[in-house]
Amino acid sequence: MRYRTRTPRRAVALAAVAALATGLLAGCADDSDEPGGSSGGGGDGGDKGKTTLTVGVFGAFGLQEAGLYDEYEKLNPDINIKQNSVQRNENYWPALLTHLSSGSGLSDVQAVEVGNIAELTGTHSAKLVDLGKTQGVDKGAYLGWKWQQGTTKDGKTVGLGTDIGPTGICYRKDLFKKAGLPTDREEVGKLWAGDWKKYLEAGKQYKKKGPEGTAFVDGATGVMAAVHASGKEKFYDADGELVYKDSAGVREGWELGAQFAEAGLTAKLQQFQPSWDQAFANGSFATVTCPPWMLGYIKDKAGDKGEDQWDVAAAPKPGNWGGSFLSVPEAGKNKEEAAKLVTWLTAPKQQAKLFDKRASFPSAEAAYDLPEVKDAKNPYFGDSPVGQIFAKAAEGVPVQPIGPKDGIISQYLADTGMLGVDQKGTSPDKAWDKAMKTIDNALDQ
Amino acid sequence: MTDIPSDTRAAAPSTGEEGAAPRARPATPLADPAAERRRARRSRRYRRDVKWSPYALVAPFFLFFLAFGLFPLLYTGWASLHRVELGTPTDMEWVGLRNFSRLLEDDFFWNALRNTFTIGVISTVPQLLMALGLAHLLHYRLRGSMFFRVAILTPYATSVAAATLVFVLMFSRTDHGMINWGLGLVGVDAVDWQNGDWTAQFAVSAIVIWRWTGYNALIYLAAMQAIPKDLYESAALDGASRWQQFRHVTVPSLRPTILFTCVVSTIGATQLFGEPLLFSQGASPTGGSDHQFQTLGLYLYEQGWFNQHLGRASAIAWTMFLILVLIGLLNWAISRWIRRDA
Repeated sequence: MRYRTRTPRRAVALAAVAALATGLLAGCADDSDEPGGSSGGGGDGGDKGKTTLTVGVFGAFGLQEAGLYDEYEKLNPDINIKQNSVQRNENYWPALLTHLSSGSGLSDVQAVEVGNIAELTGTHSAKLVDLGKTQGVDKGAYLGWKWQQGTTKDGKTVGLGTDIGPTGICYRKDLFKKAGLPTDREEVGKLWAGDWKKYLEAGKQYKKKGPEGTAFVDGATGVMAAVHASGKEKFYDADGELVYKDSAGVREGWELGAQFAEAGLTAKLQQFQPSWDQAFANGSFATVTCPPWMLGYIKDKAGDKGEDQWDVAAAPKPGNWGGSFLSVPEAGKNKEEAAKLVTWLTAPKQQAKLFDKRASFPSAEAAYDLPEVKDAKNPYFGDSPVGQIFAKAAEGVPVQPIGPKDGIISQYLADTGMLGVDQKGTSPDKAWDKAMKTIDNALDQ
Repeated sequence: MTDIPSDTRAAAPSTGEEGAAPRARPATPLADPAAERRRARRSRRYRRDVKWSPYALVAPFFLFFLAFGLFPLLYTGWASLHRVELGTPTDMEWVGLRNFSRLLEDDFFWNALRNTFTIGVISTVPQLLMALGLAHLLHYRLRGSMFFRVAILTPYATSVAAATLVFVLMFSRTDHGMINWGLGLVGVDAVDWQNGDWTAQFAVSAIVIWRWTGYNALIYLAAMQAIPKDLYESAALDGASRWQQFRHVTVPSLRPTILFTCVVSTIGATQLFGEPLLFSQGASPTGGSDHQFQTLGLYLYEQGWFNQHLGRASAIAWTMFLILVLIGLLNWAISRWIRRDA
């Protein structure tokens, strides 16, 4: 028996080892082959002479959805664009960081959210192409503060702005009417123009007569974030020093948020949670801070029932909420073509198209005079002239120093601080201390 | 068996330490030198085969283990002695044991450790007790027993993410939450599950219990089916009730299995991550606004991937590993003690 089983057994073992080995080798080979194979080797005419550019984005970024890739491919027949999308920026950004530091796994073009741009310019600019020097890029076309955000201290522009999020206030006309507040967007804007305190006063007025079961705002964290975005200084000062503990702007936002919570003007909701989405459909709150992209979100969540109930007015002080950049990693195989693509995608004309199709508001000032923006009206929001409203807000957005840890600080300030004040009734001082402790721990390397 | 070569039959009874490896025996009557040499060569090859091919067969596992198990483990240990940031992982600055020593005074770490322990207890204890009971019920002759056995395993086959999202809706603060709705029917006020310390831990434990009870029940069931029937018969003859049979026959026979499930559940509880992560609003790594349900796994994730301090995260990872080693040793001691006791 033993003699007879010997050969098959060895054969099986050898086959298994061989199979594993080829599997491993094939795995390696696939890896090293792919980039060269698919990118066509710089126009050598390898596979039909087409260059494939990859674009890494997060969420529903909009470029593809607005048909801009197709248009570019039509204009440049030898270019093929492929998009890699990661659903959430929280997953996209750490992966991009590790890819940048290892120099592999990168797309030819990488999108970067405004919350991360300071970290990109601060620590990774050496790994990115200076887009400011690309032919056809017109610095003058962009809003100054947006251009500055994508530029390092020594003047290297590593991210070209796509969109921005200048804020207004979306409000429910029907609820305002019942509460005895004005419903016309001009008058509503005047109600609180220039001062967040007046917004609080309007809230108190609303509470007196507003319908039972509805609140003036969605939540205290939203109010706090809106105030923070509209100040001259947030978590960093102009020298790049962390000032979140003493900054007057941070304090103002904290106090106002806490006042909203303590006066019972909030629906105690946290933004982008299912309960928040439901509240749009149920009409449980009357106002919410609104960057242009929020209009689409509201329409999506409030549905047909909310049609013509909502309108948008100017915020007490406009701030910026959201927006992105496109950058080109040095490690890419097709840097030049990628830079050309980015230049085209971020040019005013394309930004206007993106606004038209996806409501991403242009960061290029030059786009504001284009008909897609200037004449834009939103039928869902009572035909409000959103292009003009937000263009005006964009001009009022303060030039605010941003820093690498902005995202972390603001999230902790909300999640471990203001949320407790709003939902659990924690005293603002106690919540502040708790948030500061969490932030200190998070920033300590 | 007629085809067994004659020399094997001859050699088999006499071999001691080498197993049944045949040897060229001088005692064989036909001593043709060429055949002898051939046989010797064959036998040498055979011995080499027996000796080395097992290693070749297990080698792939160990190669993978080296690459994806041991190396990351050691490298994590190395990283835990440095200040390393996620953005610049190659830029390491030696800090010695500081990442460990700071854990001692890190309130968030102790909080996470405490939460891991309490959630571990509230999830593991009821889970194993219920699993034992379920297994006992399934052990009876039941109509459609196969159906029930498959049914209790379905939660285990559900993805953590899907299950947790459903539980989040059920434990929702508003009246739309199914649990609060149910409580409302019996006149209990709505509970803010996520924001309370204990309620949140209970809710997270509920997800764990739901997912793992069936799995443990099946393990118990398998062990129960291996208990000889005559033990029950003689117990029944002695007048033992069903409950007494369960207590005095089933449970003692299951001791090693119970110990095994305890160890596996403890390891699982120590590494608990997905459920508390997804249970918090917006999958925030803080585990609630008071860190009230932040486990060690979640704190590790927060430090490494959110705060971007890989060095500190590595130190937490190693601490978790050491805790598990400690639990392993404890388990070893207990099992020895039980065996001696028995």
